[in-house]
Amino acid sequence: MGKKVSSLGRTYLTLGFIFLYLPILILIIFSFNESKLVTVWGGFSTKWYGELLHDKQMLSAAWMSFKIAFLAASTAVVLGTMASIVMVRMGQFKGKAAFASMITAPLVMPEVITGLSLLLLFVAMAQTLGWPAGRGMLTIWIAHVTFCTAFVAVVVSSRLREMDASLEEAARDLGAPPWKVFFLVTLPIIAPALISGWLLAFTLSLDDLVIASFVSGPGSTTLPMVVYSSVRLGLSPKINALATIIVLLATTGVLTAWWLARRVETQSVELPTHHS
Amino acid sequence: MSWGWRSVIGVPYIWLALFFLVPFVIVFKISFSEMAYAIPPYTDLVTWANEQFTLSLNLGNYAYLFTDDLYIRAYLSSIRIAAIATVICLLVAYPIAYVIARAEPATRNALLMLVILPSWTSFLIRIYAWVGILKNNGLINNFLMWLGIIDQPIAMLNTEFAVYVGIVYAYLPFMVLPLYTNLMKLDNSLLEAASDLGAAPWKVFMTVTLPLSKAGIIAGSMLVFIPAVGEFIIPDMLGGAETLMIGKVLWQEFFNNRDWPVASAVAIVMLLLLLLPITLFHRYQARELENEGAN
Repeated sequence: MGKKVSSLGRTYLTLGFIFLYLPILILIIFSFNESKLVTVWGGFSTKWYGELLHDKQMLSAAWMSFKIAFLAASTAVVLGTMASIVMVRMGQFKGKAAFASMITAPLVMPEVITGLSLLLLFVAMAQTLGWPAGRGMLTIWIAHVTFCTAFVAVVVSSRLREMDASLEEAARDLGAPPWKVFFLVTLPIIAPALISGWLLAFTLSLDDLVIASFVSGPGSTTLPMVVYSSVRLGLSPKINALATIIVLLATTGVLTAWWLARRVETQSVELPTHHS
Repeated sequence: MSWGWRSVIGVPYIWLALFFLVPFVIVFKISFSEMAYAIPPYTDLVTWANEQFTLSLNLGNYAYLFTDDLYIRAYLSSIRIAAIATVICLLVAYPIAYVIARAEPATRNALLMLVILPSWTSFLIRIYAWVGILKNNGLINNFLMWLGIIDQPIAMLNTEFAVYVGIVYAYLPFMVLPLYTNLMKLDNSLLEAASDLGAAPWKVFMTVTLPLSKAGIIAGSMLVFIPAVGEFIIPDMLGGAETLMIGKVLWQEFFNNRDWPVASAVAIVMLLLLLLPITLFHRYQARELENEGAN
Protein backbone atom coordinates (compact mmCIF):
# COMPACT_ATOMS: atom_id res chain seq x y z
CA MET A 1 0.00 0.00 0.00
CA GLY A 2 1.12 3.59 -0.15
CA LYS A 3 -0.42 5.12 -3.24
CA LYS A 4 -1.72 8.63 -3.65
CA VAL A 5 -5.20 8.99 -2.21
CA SER A 6 -7.63 8.98 -5.13
CA SER A 7 -9.96 11.93 -5.59
CA LEU A 8 -12.97 9.81 -4.67
CA GLY A 9 -11.17 8.72 -1.53
CA ARG A 10 -10.23 12.28 -0.73
CA THR A 11 -13.84 13.46 -1.10
CA TYR A 12 -15.06 10.67 1.16
CA LEU A 13 -12.45 11.44 3.82
CA THR A 14 -13.30 15.14 3.69
CA LEU A 15 -16.99 14.36 4.24
CA GLY A 16 -16.03 12.05 7.10
CA PHE A 17 -13.95 14.75 8.77
CA ILE A 18 -16.72 17.33 8.31
CA PHE A 19 -19.09 14.94 10.10
CA LEU A 20 -16.55 14.46 12.92
CA TYR A 21 -15.49 18.08 13.36
CA LEU A 22 -18.44 20.28 12.40
CA PRO A 23 -20.43 19.65 15.63
CA ILE A 24 -17.36 20.51 17.71
CA LEU A 25 -16.70 23.62 15.62
CA ILE A 26 -20.30 24.78 16.09
CA LEU A 27 -19.97 24.31 19.88
CA ILE A 28 -16.86 26.47 19.86
CA ILE A 29 -18.43 29.21 17.70
CA PHE A 30 -21.49 29.49 19.92
CA SER A 31 -19.36 29.72 23.07
CA PHE A 32 -18.58 33.28 21.89
CA ASN A 33 -22.26 34.10 21.43
CA GLU A 34 -23.61 37.12 23.28
CA SER A 35 -27.14 35.67 23.36
CA LYS A 36 -28.20 33.05 25.85
CA LEU A 37 -29.91 31.18 23.02
CA VAL A 38 -27.35 28.63 21.97
CA THR A 39 -28.54 28.32 18.38
CA VAL A 40 -29.16 31.97 17.44
CA TRP A 41 -26.23 34.30 16.90
CA GLY A 42 -26.43 37.52 18.93
CA GLY A 43 -22.98 39.06 18.57
CA PHE A 44 -19.48 38.29 19.79
CA SER A 45 -18.82 38.03 23.51
CA THR A 46 -16.51 36.26 25.94
CA LYS A 47 -18.82 36.71 28.92
CA TRP A 48 -19.59 32.98 29.25
CA TYR A 49 -15.91 32.30 29.90
CA GLY A 50 -16.02 34.87 32.67
CA GLU A 51 -19.10 33.23 34.17
CA LEU A 52 -17.45 29.83 33.91
CA LEU A 53 -14.42 31.04 35.86
CA HIS A 54 -16.68 32.31 38.63
CA ASP A 55 -18.72 29.12 38.89
CA LYS A 56 -17.37 27.70 42.16
CA GLN A 57 -19.24 24.41 41.83
CA MET A 58 -17.86 23.82 38.35
CA LEU A 59 -14.31 24.70 39.38
CA SER A 60 -14.26 22.47 42.43
CA ALA A 61 -15.76 19.60 40.41
CA ALA A 62 -13.08 20.13 37.75
CA TRP A 63 -10.36 20.00 40.40
CA MET A 64 -11.88 16.82 41.87
CA SER A 65 -12.00 15.18 38.43
CA PHE A 66 -8.45 16.23 37.72
CA LYS A 67 -7.12 14.72 40.95
CA ILE A 68 -8.98 11.45 40.41
CA ALA A 69 -7.89 11.23 36.76
CA PHE A 70 -4.24 11.84 37.68
CA LEU A 71 -4.21 9.19 40.39
CA ALA A 72 -6.27 6.69 38.39
CA ALA A 73 -4.12 7.06 35.25
CA SER A 74 -0.88 6.66 37.21
CA THR A 75 -2.09 3.53 38.98
CA ALA A 76 -3.59 2.09 35.79
CA VAL A 77 -0.28 2.52 33.93
CA VAL A 78 1.53 0.44 36.57
CA LEU A 79 -1.14 -2.28 36.69
CA GLY A 80 -1.70 -2.25 32.93
CA THR A 81 2.01 -2.59 32.19
CA MET A 82 2.28 -5.51 34.62
CA ALA A 83 -0.74 -7.10 32.96
CA SER A 84 0.77 -6.71 29.48
CA ILE A 85 4.04 -8.29 30.57
CA VAL A 86 2.04 -11.22 31.91
CA MET A 87 0.10 -11.50 28.64
CA VAL A 88 2.94 -11.02 26.17
CA ARG A 89 6.15 -12.20 27.84
CA MET A 90 5.02 -15.03 30.07
CA GLY A 91 4.14 -18.41 28.70
CA GLN A 92 1.10 -20.40 29.69
CA PHE A 93 0.14 -20.57 33.32
CA LYS A 94 -2.89 -21.76 35.19
CA GLY A 95 -5.61 -19.14 34.98
CA LYS A 96 -4.16 -17.24 32.03
CA ALA A 97 -7.40 -17.53 30.05
CA ALA A 98 -9.36 -16.03 32.95
CA PHE A 99 -6.77 -13.28 33.23
CA ALA A 100 -7.04 -12.49 29.52
CA SER A 101 -10.82 -12.21 29.72
CA MET A 102 -10.59 -9.86 32.70
CA ILE A 103 -8.45 -7.58 30.53
CA THR A 104 -10.61 -7.63 27.40
CA ALA A 105 -14.11 -7.64 28.94
CA PRO A 106 -13.88 -4.19 30.62
CA LEU A 107 -13.14 -2.68 27.18
CA VAL A 108 -16.69 -3.33 25.99
CA MET A 109 -18.69 -3.79 29.20
CA PRO A 110 -21.65 -1.36 29.24
CA GLU A 111 -20.93 1.34 31.80
CA VAL A 112 -24.22 0.93 33.64
CA ILE A 113 -23.30 -2.69 34.45
CA THR A 114 -19.78 -1.83 35.61
CA GLY A 115 -21.09 1.08 37.69
CA LEU A 116 -23.87 -0.87 39.37
CA SER A 117 -21.67 -3.90 40.08
CA LEU A 118 -18.88 -1.83 41.64
CA LEU A 119 -21.33 0.09 43.79
CA LEU A 120 -22.85 -3.16 45.08
CA LEU A 121 -19.35 -4.45 45.82
CA PHE A 122 -18.45 -1.32 47.81
CA VAL A 123 -21.72 -1.53 49.76
CA ALA A 124 -21.17 -5.23 50.51
CA MET A 125 -17.56 -4.58 51.56
CA ALA A 126 -18.56 -1.71 53.82
CA GLN A 127 -21.17 -3.97 55.42
CA THR A 128 -18.88 -6.93 56.08
CA LEU A 129 -15.39 -5.40 56.35
CA GLY A 130 -16.22 -1.85 57.32
CA TRP A 131 -14.12 -0.61 54.40
CA PRO A 132 -14.48 1.59 52.38
CA ALA A 133 -16.32 3.55 55.06
CA GLY A 134 -18.01 5.98 52.67
CA ARG A 135 -18.20 6.52 48.97
CA GLY A 136 -16.23 9.30 47.35
CA MET A 137 -12.85 9.94 45.82
CA LEU A 138 -11.46 6.58 46.92
CA THR A 139 -14.26 4.52 45.38
CA ILE A 140 -14.23 6.52 42.12
CA TRP A 141 -10.46 6.05 41.97
CA ILE A 142 -10.79 2.26 42.37
CA ALA A 143 -13.53 2.10 39.71
CA HIS A 144 -11.53 4.16 37.25
CA VAL A 145 -8.30 2.23 37.81
CA THR A 146 -10.19 -0.98 37.07
CA PHE A 147 -11.47 -0.06 33.62
CA CYS A 148 -8.45 2.11 32.69
CA THR A 149 -6.06 -0.80 33.39
CA ALA A 150 -7.68 -2.73 30.54
CA PHE A 151 -7.16 0.12 28.07
CA VAL A 152 -3.54 0.65 29.16
CA ALA A 153 -2.89 -3.09 28.81
CA VAL A 154 -4.09 -3.04 25.19
CA VAL A 155 -1.89 -0.06 24.27
CA VAL A 156 1.22 -1.32 26.09
CA SER A 157 0.96 -4.94 25.02
CA SER A 158 0.79 -4.03 21.34
CA ARG A 159 4.03 -2.07 21.75
CA LEU A 160 5.59 -4.90 23.77
CA ARG A 161 4.72 -7.36 21.02
CA GLU A 162 6.31 -5.19 18.34
CA MET A 163 9.56 -4.60 20.20
CA ASP A 164 12.58 -6.70 19.46
CA ALA A 165 12.71 -9.36 22.18
CA SER A 166 16.34 -10.16 21.35
CA LEU A 167 17.45 -6.98 23.17
CA GLU A 168 16.00 -8.37 26.41
CA GLU A 169 17.54 -11.75 25.68
CA ALA A 170 20.96 -10.19 25.16
CA ALA A 171 20.74 -8.35 28.47
CA ARG A 172 19.66 -11.57 30.22
CA ASP A 173 22.49 -13.52 28.61
CA LEU A 174 24.93 -10.91 29.89
CA GLY A 175 23.70 -11.74 33.39
CA ALA A 176 21.27 -8.90 34.16
CA PRO A 177 18.56 -9.86 36.67
CA PRO A 178 14.95 -9.65 35.37
CA TRP A 179 14.11 -6.36 37.14
CA LYS A 180 17.24 -4.78 35.67
CA VAL A 181 16.37 -6.03 32.18
CA PHE A 182 12.94 -4.48 32.58
CA PHE A 183 14.01 -1.08 33.89
CA LEU A 184 17.09 -0.61 31.69
CA VAL A 185 16.04 -2.30 28.43
CA THR A 186 12.28 -2.83 28.17
CA LEU A 187 10.98 0.30 29.90
CA PRO A 188 12.85 2.87 27.77
CA ILE A 189 11.65 1.13 24.60
CA ILE A 190 7.99 0.90 25.59
CA ALA A 191 7.99 4.39 27.20
CA PRO A 192 6.00 6.04 24.35
CA ALA A 193 3.27 3.44 24.83
CA LEU A 194 3.23 4.16 28.57
CA ILE A 195 2.75 7.85 27.81
CA SER A 196 -0.11 7.20 25.40
CA GLY A 197 -1.60 4.69 27.85
CA TRP A 198 -1.42 7.23 30.66
CA LEU A 199 -3.03 9.94 28.53
CA LEU A 200 -5.77 7.57 27.40
CA ALA A 201 -6.49 6.53 30.99
CA PHE A 202 -6.44 10.16 32.15
CA THR A 203 -8.96 11.18 29.48
CA LEU A 204 -11.23 8.19 30.12
CA SER A 205 -11.29 8.94 33.83
CA LEU A 206 -11.86 12.67 33.31
CA ASP A 207 -14.71 11.91 30.93
CA ASP A 208 -16.62 9.27 32.88
CA LEU A 209 -20.16 10.16 33.94
CA VAL A 210 -21.99 6.85 34.34
CA ILE A 211 -19.63 4.83 36.53
CA ALA A 212 -18.76 7.82 38.73
CA SER A 213 -22.47 8.57 39.25
CA PHE A 214 -22.95 5.07 40.68
CA VAL A 215 -19.92 4.93 42.96
CA SER A 216 -19.66 8.55 44.13
CA GLY A 217 -21.00 9.85 47.38
CA PRO A 218 -22.04 13.23 48.74
CA GLY A 219 -19.21 15.73 48.42
CA SER A 220 -17.47 13.99 45.56
CA THR A 221 -19.10 15.49 42.49
CA THR A 222 -16.99 15.21 39.37
CA LEU A 223 -17.00 17.56 36.38
CA PRO A 224 -19.09 15.33 34.07
CA MET A 225 -21.71 15.05 36.82
CA VAL A 226 -21.99 18.86 37.04
CA VAL A 227 -22.07 19.17 33.24
CA TYR A 228 -24.77 16.50 33.02
CA SER A 229 -27.04 18.10 35.58
CA SER A 230 -26.65 21.50 33.94
CA VAL A 231 -27.28 20.08 30.45
CA ARG A 232 -30.45 18.37 31.71
CA LEU A 233 -31.87 21.82 32.43
CA GLY A 234 -31.35 22.86 28.82
CA LEU A 235 -28.62 24.17 26.58
CA SER A 236 -26.25 26.64 28.20
CA PRO A 237 -23.53 28.75 26.54
CA LYS A 238 -21.44 28.22 29.66
CA ILE A 239 -21.19 24.52 28.74
CA ASN A 240 -20.08 25.60 25.25
CA ALA A 241 -17.31 27.67 26.84
CA LEU A 242 -16.29 24.67 28.93
CA ALA A 243 -16.36 22.47 25.82
CA THR A 244 -14.06 24.91 24.01
CA ILE A 245 -11.55 24.79 26.86
CA ILE A 246 -11.67 20.98 26.96
CA VAL A 247 -11.20 20.71 23.17
CA LEU A 248 -8.27 23.13 23.34
CA LEU A 249 -6.57 21.26 26.20
CA ALA A 250 -7.18 17.83 24.67
CA THR A 251 -5.87 18.90 21.26
CA THR A 252 -2.70 20.44 22.71
CA GLY A 253 -2.17 17.43 24.96
CA VAL A 254 -2.65 14.85 22.24
CA LEU A 255 -0.57 16.68 19.66
CA THR A 256 2.29 17.18 22.14
CA ALA A 257 2.21 13.54 23.15
CA TRP A 258 2.06 12.45 19.53
CA TRP A 259 5.05 14.63 18.64
CA LEU A 260 7.03 13.40 21.68
CA ALA A 261 6.24 9.77 20.92
CA ARG A 262 7.34 10.17 17.33
CA ARG A 263 10.59 11.79 18.45
CA VAL A 264 11.32 9.00 20.90
CA GLU A 265 10.46 6.43 18.24
CA THR A 266 12.78 7.89 15.61
CA GLN A 267 15.54 8.08 18.22
CA SER A 268 15.17 4.46 19.22
CA VAL A 269 15.28 3.46 15.58
CA GLU A 270 18.46 5.47 15.07
CA LEU A 271 20.14 4.16 18.21
CA PRO A 272 21.57 0.87 16.86
CA THR A 273 23.18 2.59 13.86
CA HIS A 274 25.29 4.74 16.17
CA HIS A 275 26.97 1.67 17.52
CA SER A 276 27.52 -0.18 14.28
CA MET B 1 8.74 -19.10 39.63
CA SER B 2 10.49 -16.36 41.58
CA TRP B 3 8.84 -14.05 44.09
CA GLY B 4 9.17 -11.16 41.66
CA TRP B 5 7.35 -12.89 38.80
CA ARG B 6 4.62 -14.02 41.14
CA SER B 7 3.89 -10.44 42.16
CA VAL B 8 3.91 -9.26 38.52
CA ILE B 9 1.13 -11.76 37.86
CA GLY B 10 -0.49 -11.44 41.25
CA VAL B 11 -1.02 -7.72 41.66
CA PRO B 12 -3.05 -7.02 38.48
CA TYR B 13 -4.73 -10.43 38.81
CA ILE B 14 -5.99 -9.79 42.32
CA TRP B 15 -7.04 -6.22 41.50
CA LEU B 16 -9.09 -7.28 38.46
CA ALA B 17 -10.56 -10.33 40.21
CA LEU B 18 -11.62 -8.27 43.21
CA PHE B 19 -12.96 -5.23 41.36
CA PHE B 20 -14.18 -6.75 38.11
CA LEU B 21 -15.14 -10.39 38.71
CA VAL B 22 -16.38 -10.43 42.31
CA PRO B 23 -18.80 -7.51 41.71
CA PHE B 24 -20.72 -9.64 39.18
CA VAL B 25 -21.16 -12.36 41.80
CA ILE B 26 -22.62 -9.76 44.16
CA VAL B 27 -24.95 -8.37 41.46
CA PHE B 28 -26.09 -11.95 40.81
CA LYS B 29 -26.71 -12.48 44.52
CA ILE B 30 -28.63 -9.23 45.01
CA SER B 31 -30.80 -9.94 41.96
CA PHE B 32 -32.37 -12.70 44.11
CA SER B 33 -33.10 -10.52 47.10
CA GLU B 34 -36.04 -8.25 47.80
CA MET B 35 -36.21 -4.51 47.94
CA ALA B 36 -36.37 -3.22 51.49
CA TYR B 37 -36.61 0.18 53.09
CA ALA B 38 -33.28 -0.14 54.81
CA ILE B 39 -29.62 0.67 54.33
CA PRO B 40 -28.58 -1.01 52.07
CA PRO B 41 -32.04 -1.24 50.43
CA TYR B 42 -32.29 -5.02 49.97
CA THR B 43 -32.90 -8.10 52.10
CA ASP B 44 -30.28 -10.67 53.02
CA LEU B 45 -30.39 -13.98 51.19
CA VAL B 46 -29.09 -15.93 54.14
CA THR B 47 -30.53 -15.28 57.55
CA TRP B 48 -29.66 -16.82 60.90
CA ALA B 49 -32.73 -17.24 63.01
CA ASN B 50 -33.94 -19.89 65.46
CA GLU B 51 -30.52 -21.55 65.29
CA GLN B 52 -30.77 -22.31 61.61
CA PHE B 53 -29.72 -20.74 58.37
CA THR B 54 -32.49 -19.82 55.99
CA LEU B 55 -31.65 -19.26 52.38
CA SER B 56 -34.39 -17.35 50.63
CA LEU B 57 -33.97 -17.06 46.89
CA ASN B 58 -36.46 -14.66 45.49
CA LEU B 59 -37.13 -15.18 41.79
CA GLY B 60 -39.66 -12.37 41.84
CA ASN B 61 -37.35 -9.83 40.21
CA TYR B 62 -36.84 -12.02 37.17
CA ALA B 63 -40.54 -12.90 37.01
CA TYR B 64 -41.25 -9.18 37.15
CA LEU B 65 -38.95 -8.52 34.18
CA PHE B 66 -40.97 -10.96 32.10
CA THR B 67 -44.45 -9.86 33.20
CA ASP B 68 -44.02 -6.13 32.71
CA ASP B 69 -43.51 -5.82 28.96
CA LEU B 70 -41.55 -2.57 29.43
CA TYR B 71 -38.41 -4.60 30.09
CA ILE B 72 -38.77 -7.03 27.19
CA ARG B 73 -39.50 -4.15 24.83
CA ALA B 74 -36.49 -2.26 26.18
CA TYR B 75 -34.16 -5.26 25.66
CA LEU B 76 -35.43 -5.86 22.14
CA SER B 77 -35.29 -2.23 21.06
CA SER B 78 -31.79 -1.81 22.57
CA ILE B 79 -30.54 -4.76 20.54
CA ARG B 80 -32.29 -3.51 17.39
CA ILE B 81 -31.02 0.07 17.76
CA ALA B 82 -27.47 -1.05 18.59
CA ALA B 83 -27.43 -3.49 15.65
CA ILE B 84 -28.68 -0.94 13.12
CA ALA B 85 -26.28 1.72 14.44
CA THR B 86 -23.39 -0.78 14.22
CA VAL B 87 -24.17 -1.56 10.58
CA ILE B 88 -24.36 2.16 9.69
CA CYS B 89 -21.12 2.73 11.58
CA LEU B 90 -19.43 -0.08 9.65
CA LEU B 91 -20.63 1.30 6.31
CA VAL B 92 -19.34 4.78 7.18
CA ALA B 93 -16.07 3.58 8.73
CA TYR B 94 -14.95 0.98 6.20
CA PRO B 95 -14.22 3.40 3.35
CA ILE B 96 -12.48 5.76 5.80
CA ALA B 97 -10.24 2.97 7.11
CA TYR B 98 -9.64 1.71 3.57
CA VAL B 99 -8.59 5.09 2.19
CA ILE B 100 -6.33 5.79 5.18
CA ALA B 101 -4.68 2.36 4.95
CA ARG B 102 -3.91 2.98 1.26
CA ALA B 103 -2.45 6.47 1.80
CA GLU B 104 1.26 7.26 1.96
CA PRO B 105 2.85 6.43 5.34
CA ALA B 106 3.36 10.08 6.34
CA THR B 107 -0.24 11.15 5.59
CA ARG B 108 -1.52 7.89 7.07
CA ASN B 109 -0.41 8.80 10.60
CA ALA B 110 -1.83 12.30 10.37
CA LEU B 111 -5.17 11.08 9.02
CA LEU B 112 -5.49 8.41 11.71
CA MET B 113 -4.68 11.05 14.29
CA LEU B 114 -7.52 13.21 12.93
CA VAL B 115 -9.98 10.32 13.26
CA ILE B 116 -9.02 9.66 16.88
CA LEU B 117 -8.68 13.26 18.05
CA PRO B 118 -12.41 13.96 18.69
CA SER B 119 -12.66 10.97 21.03
CA TRP B 120 -10.09 12.64 23.29
CA THR B 121 -12.59 15.36 24.05
CA SER B 122 -15.53 14.76 26.34
CA PHE B 123 -18.09 12.16 25.18
CA LEU B 124 -20.86 13.98 27.06
CA ILE B 125 -20.04 17.28 25.36
CA ARG B 126 -19.90 15.71 21.89
CA ILE B 127 -23.39 14.30 22.41
CA TYR B 128 -24.53 17.65 23.82
CA ALA B 129 -23.33 19.28 20.58
CA TRP B 130 -25.96 17.31 18.65
CA VAL B 131 -28.80 18.60 20.83
CA GLY B 132 -28.24 22.10 19.45
CA ILE B 133 -27.98 20.77 15.90
CA LEU B 134 -31.02 18.49 15.89
CA LYS B 135 -33.63 20.25 18.02
CA ASN B 136 -36.75 21.86 16.57
CA ASN B 137 -35.29 25.37 16.59
CA GLY B 138 -31.81 23.95 16.12
CA LEU B 139 -29.28 24.56 13.37
CA ILE B 140 -30.52 22.06 10.77
CA ASN B 141 -34.16 23.12 11.07
CA ASN B 142 -33.28 26.83 11.11
CA PHE B 143 -31.12 26.37 8.05
CA LEU B 144 -33.74 24.40 6.10
CA MET B 145 -36.45 26.91 7.00
CA TRP B 146 -34.20 29.79 5.98
CA LEU B 147 -33.69 28.09 2.63
CA GLY B 148 -37.45 27.72 2.36
CA ILE B 149 -37.30 23.95 1.88
CA ILE B 150 -39.55 23.34 4.87
CA ASP B 151 -41.88 25.61 6.77
CA GLN B 152 -42.48 23.34 9.74
CA PRO B 153 -39.47 22.07 11.71
CA ILE B 154 -38.76 18.35 11.29
CA ALA B 155 -38.74 16.55 14.63
CA MET B 156 -35.29 15.01 14.91
CA LEU B 157 -34.31 15.40 18.54
CA ASN B 158 -36.00 12.92 20.89
CA THR B 159 -36.40 10.35 18.13
CA GLU B 160 -34.66 7.08 17.35
CA PHE B 161 -32.97 8.83 14.43
CA ALA B 162 -31.09 11.10 16.86
CA VAL B 163 -29.90 8.03 18.78
CA TYR B 164 -28.47 6.52 15.56
CA VAL B 165 -26.68 9.78 14.80
CA GLY B 166 -25.28 9.88 18.33
CA ILE B 167 -24.03 6.29 18.35
CA VAL B 168 -22.45 6.52 14.88
CA TYR B 169 -20.85 9.85 15.76
CA ALA B 170 -19.46 8.83 19.14
CA TYR B 171 -18.34 5.31 18.25
CA LEU B 172 -16.96 5.90 14.73
CA PRO B 173 -13.27 5.93 15.81
CA PHE B 174 -13.75 2.58 17.60
CA MET B 175 -14.88 1.08 14.29
CA VAL B 176 -12.20 2.75 12.16
CA LEU B 177 -9.23 1.69 14.33
CA PRO B 178 -9.55 -2.13 14.20
CA LEU B 179 -10.52 -1.98 10.52
CA TYR B 180 -7.46 0.12 9.78
CA THR B 181 -5.14 -2.20 11.74
CA ASN B 182 -6.56 -5.13 9.85
CA LEU B 183 -6.39 -3.54 6.40
CA MET B 184 -2.79 -2.48 7.05
CA LYS B 185 -1.78 -6.12 7.47
CA LEU B 186 -3.36 -7.03 4.16
CA ASP B 187 -0.81 -8.46 1.75
CA ASN B 188 -0.84 -6.19 -1.28
CA SER B 189 0.53 -8.91 -3.57
CA LEU B 190 -2.74 -10.82 -3.16
CA LEU B 191 -4.67 -7.85 -4.52
CA GLU B 192 -2.20 -7.48 -7.37
CA ALA B 193 -2.38 -11.18 -8.17
CA ALA B 194 -6.18 -11.02 -8.32
CA SER B 195 -6.22 -8.03 -10.64
CA ASP B 196 -3.38 -9.46 -12.77
CA LEU B 197 -5.54 -12.53 -13.26
CA GLY B 198 -8.19 -10.21 -14.66
CA ALA B 199 -10.54 -9.65 -11.75
CA ALA B 200 -12.46 -6.39 -11.84
CA PRO B 201 -11.74 -3.98 -8.92
CA TRP B 202 -15.08 -4.64 -7.21
CA LYS B 203 -14.52 -8.37 -7.59
CA VAL B 204 -11.04 -8.07 -6.05
CA PHE B 205 -12.67 -6.20 -3.19
CA MET B 206 -15.52 -8.70 -2.71
CA THR B 207 -13.43 -11.86 -3.03
CA VAL B 208 -10.09 -10.82 -1.50
CA THR B 209 -10.17 -7.62 0.57
CA LEU B 210 -13.52 -8.10 2.30
CA PRO B 211 -13.04 -11.74 3.41
CA LEU B 212 -9.50 -10.96 4.63
CA SER B 213 -10.73 -8.04 6.74
CA LYS B 214 -13.29 -10.22 8.58
CA ALA B 215 -11.34 -10.06 11.85
CA GLY B 216 -11.33 -6.26 11.76
CA ILE B 217 -15.04 -6.14 10.93
CA ILE B 218 -15.90 -8.42 13.86
CA ALA B 219 -13.67 -6.55 16.33
CA GLY B 220 -14.95 -3.12 15.27
CA SER B 221 -18.59 -4.21 15.27
CA MET B 222 -18.36 -5.72 18.74
CA LEU B 223 -16.53 -2.64 20.02
CA VAL B 224 -19.56 -0.59 18.91
CA PHE B 225 -22.45 -3.02 19.43
CA ILE B 226 -21.79 -4.19 23.01
CA PRO B 227 -21.44 -0.78 24.71
CA ALA B 228 -24.23 0.62 22.50
CA VAL B 229 -26.73 -1.94 23.83
CA GLY B 230 -26.21 -0.65 27.37
CA GLU B 231 -25.68 2.98 26.39
CA PHE B 232 -27.18 5.54 28.79
CA ILE B 233 -25.99 9.03 27.82
CA ILE B 234 -27.03 8.88 24.13
CA PRO B 235 -30.65 7.68 24.59
CA ASP B 236 -31.02 9.94 27.61
CA MET B 237 -29.88 13.12 25.86
CA LEU B 238 -30.97 12.49 22.28
CA GLY B 239 -33.63 9.77 22.43
CA GLY B 240 -36.28 11.43 24.57
CA ALA B 241 -39.04 9.58 26.40
CA GLU B 242 -40.10 7.65 23.28
CA THR B 243 -36.86 5.75 22.78
CA LEU B 244 -36.68 2.77 25.05
CA MET B 245 -33.21 1.47 25.86
CA ILE B 246 -32.22 -0.91 28.63
CA GLY B 247 -29.26 1.14 29.91
CA LYS B 248 -31.64 4.00 30.63
CA VAL B 249 -34.15 1.62 32.25
CA LEU B 250 -31.44 0.28 34.57
CA TRP B 251 -30.37 3.83 35.47
CA GLN B 252 -33.94 4.84 36.30
CA GLU B 253 -34.57 1.63 38.25
CA PHE B 254 -31.51 2.41 40.35
CA PHE B 255 -31.56 6.20 40.73
CA ASN B 256 -35.27 7.04 40.48
CA ASN B 257 -37.04 3.94 41.86
CA ARG B 258 -34.13 3.00 44.13
CA ASP B 259 -34.93 -0.64 43.47
CA TRP B 260 -31.48 -2.21 43.63
CA PRO B 261 -32.63 -5.86 43.28
CA VAL B 262 -34.60 -5.18 40.08
CA ALA B 263 -31.70 -3.09 38.71
CA SER B 264 -29.43 -6.08 39.44
CA ALA B 265 -31.77 -8.48 37.64
CA VAL B 266 -31.87 -6.09 34.66
CA ALA B 267 -28.05 -6.07 34.63
CA ILE B 268 -27.78 -9.87 34.83
CA VAL B 269 -30.19 -10.43 31.92
CA MET B 270 -28.33 -7.80 29.88
CA LEU B 271 -25.06 -9.55 30.64
CA LEU B 272 -26.49 -12.91 29.53
CA LEU B 273 -27.68 -11.37 26.26
CA LEU B 274 -24.23 -9.87 25.68
CA LEU B 275 -22.33 -13.03 26.62
CA LEU B 276 -22.08 -14.27 23.04
CA PRO B 277 -20.88 -10.95 21.55
CA ILE B 278 -18.43 -10.48 24.44
CA THR B 279 -17.00 -13.99 23.87
CA LEU B 280 -16.65 -13.24 20.17
CA PHE B 281 -14.82 -9.99 20.93
CA HIS B 282 -12.65 -11.70 23.53
CA ARG B 283 -11.54 -14.39 21.10
CA TYR B 284 -10.40 -11.75 18.63
CA GLN B 285 -8.79 -9.52 21.25
CA ALA B 286 -6.98 -12.36 23.06
CA ARG B 287 -5.31 -13.29 19.78
CA GLU B 288 -4.21 -9.67 19.45
CA LEU B 289 -2.94 -9.55 23.05
CA GLU B 290 -0.92 -12.74 22.97
CA ASN B 291 2.47 -13.34 21.60
CA GLU B 292 1.37 -14.16 18.09
CA GLY B 293 2.91 -11.07 16.46
CA ALA B 294 6.43 -11.91 17.56
CA ASN B 295 6.52 -15.23 15.73
